[in-house]
Amino acid sequence: MAYFLELLVNGALTGLMYSLVALGIVLIYKSAGVPNLAQGAMVMLSAYFIWMFTAMAGMPIFVSIGLAVVAMFAFGLLAERLLLRKMVGQPIIMIVMLTLGLEIFLRGVGPGFLGAAPKSLDLGIPLTPIIVGDVFINRDYLIGGIVAVVLIGLSLLFFRTRIGTKLRAVSDDHVSSWSVGISVERAIGISWGLAGISAVAAGALWGSVQGVDWTLSALLFPAIAVVILGGLDSIIGVLVAGLIVGILGSVIPGYVDPIVGGGTRNVVTSLIILFTIMLRPHGIFGREDIERV
Amino acid sequence: MFYRLSGVHHTRYETARQLWPIPADRWQVWILLALALGAPLYMADLYLTSYMLPWLVWSAAALSLTLLMGVAGQLHFGFAAVMAIGAYTSIHIARAGWPFEIALIGAGLTAAVIGCVFGAAALRVKGLYLVMATLAMQYLVDWVIINVPAISGGAQATLQTPDVTFLFVPMQGDTALYYGALLWAVIVTVLVLNIKRTSFGRALVAVRDKDYAASIIGVNSFKYKLLAFFTSSFLGGVSGAVLAFCYYQAVTPEQFGFNVSIQLVAMVLVGGLGSVIGAYLGAGFVLLAPIFLTNAMAYAAIQGWLTVSSNLLAHIPLMAYGALIIGFLLFEPLGLAKIYDNIRKYFLVWPFRHSGS
Repeated sequence: MAYFLELLVNGALTGLMYSLVALGIVLIYKSAGVPNLAQGAMVMLSAYFIWMFTAMAGMPIFVSIGLAVVAMFAFGLLAERLLLRKMVGQPIIMIVMLTLGLEIFLRGVGPGFLGAAPKSLDLGIPLTPIIVGDVFINRDYLIGGIVAVVLIGLSLLFFRTRIGTKLRAVSDDHVSSWSVGISVERAIGISWGLAGISAVAAGALWGSVQGVDWTLSALLFPAIAVVILGGLDSIIGVLVAGLIVGILGSVIPGYVDPIVGGGTRNVVTSLIILFTIMLRPHGIFGREDIERV
Repeated sequence: MFYRLSGVHHTRYETARQLWPIPADRWQVWILLALALGAPLYMADLYLTSYMLPWLVWSAAALSLTLLMGVAGQLHFGFAAVMAIGAYTSIHIARAGWPFEIALIGAGLTAAVIGCVFGAAALRVKGLYLVMATLAMQYLVDWVIINVPAISGGAQATLQTPDVTFLFVPMQGDTALYYGALLWAVIVTVLVLNIKRTSFGRALVAVRDKDYAASIIGVNSFKYKLLAFFTSSFLGGVSGAVLAFCYYQAVTPEQFGFNVSIQLVAMVLVGGLGSVIGAYLGAGFVLLAPIFLTNAMAYAAIQGWLTVSSNLLAHIPLMAYGALIIGFLLFEPLGLAKIYDNIRKYFLVWPFRHSGS
């Protein structure tokens, strides 16, 4: 029972940290309608930024996180301006491949220039687990989960502000947003910048958990499962689906891995994607696409 | 110039509908075929086995994928898994003592059936969701291959290909293997070229352009999507088997990982969606460009023109890849095939030229 509880709690917290990665994808999809497959690499890039500012420039960790936020916001704006804006009106495969190309490119650039060996990122979180009853809770995951919930709450609130309302309008329809004077380009740029910021949060936390190297970009896969399950354009869906993906991805491997010899987590993630797409393609909270001939 | 159209009169439908109605295209194809057939005579073994042969097999694989992605418009991000199914099936059939010909057909059929199962599951959706579903297929197939010892021969195992004969020719030695790969590439090329001009191909194009509209004019879009998955997975499975037998001569799960799927999609996109010559150009470009860049950088580093760490050198292929995909999508979305087409069109009207752009 304690084993199950431990899997459950740590799975839920890991799931919340997946949500942190997935949040960036949803933020962009919600306004631009672009599935950002480069989010994994953006998480990796922000972890590298933080590492550069602390280890190479010797700045305190929170200053470097702040600098990374600025850098990633700028990166998001630039990616939108230089790459995605030229792809407006192209078929979806082109846009998917473009973001995937960006992912591959960054996966080469980060480790290529900074060294492929994993680097440690110290957020000052003590390593000793918190013990509640019989359950060991990893402090990194706990803080990650809290940050995820806070950021998701903030983005929910953000969509009620003036800029957020504009973003919602843009997500509804580009042409009618233009006609009422909303700058669609700027709105989409801002959403890319915000995705960059959420990537910094994910990069800092995941970087401190598993070290900074290219494997951070592999977080893309669970994040995709989260956004597909929760619905590509739903922020609350990210929270719920993150919990589900995290718990299933921790409890099932916890019992099945010893039998089949490991690696079940990816299988669970794949099955979640497949079943969601077969049963309810738009996800739990997503908006169903209606197509006209 | 040599693409002269004057004097070429098609007086019967057959001549107008042939694969290459313009004589210049025809003799170019014959020259290319002659060059390919004679390659073992004038090419060093190293180039033959490590450049020509993989290029041909990857082109065949890219052609199978372009049939699905370019002609039928169904996105597939797990094509390496299809090839893996083909490779593993063929190797197990051949090791069980069956003839190689049956192993190849078995590879194709198994890949087609499994591909179709996933296709049928995924065909309720399209576009982005289809990408995700096929991505999930890639991970599932990888996991099954690695974790079922009966397939992979145990974790981290490498299965050697047994010695086989194809149509009474023993598949040993560089030349035989090369001709095997060439034969397969020619078969796939002719098949895809012909599919594109039959009613089947036109139905696929109709489904690609708008599946609802296709069903309104009486094309059963689900059936044709499934047929596209079947045909393309069959060709992909056999390509995987040919790749295993002719090039690697062994199979490991890592040869068909997720990045290989991306590589295949990159070949199709860089070459040009739905184009046959594009598949060849794209495969060559994607295979050779990173090698060329790495060698060029290494050369520059040896000459002392710039300092490159070995770590950076190891990551150049990845960067080149990403940059290639991004660059082509931004500046030539129709790929290398479009560049070829532009050059050809220039010569079609030479010495005149198109005005405008």
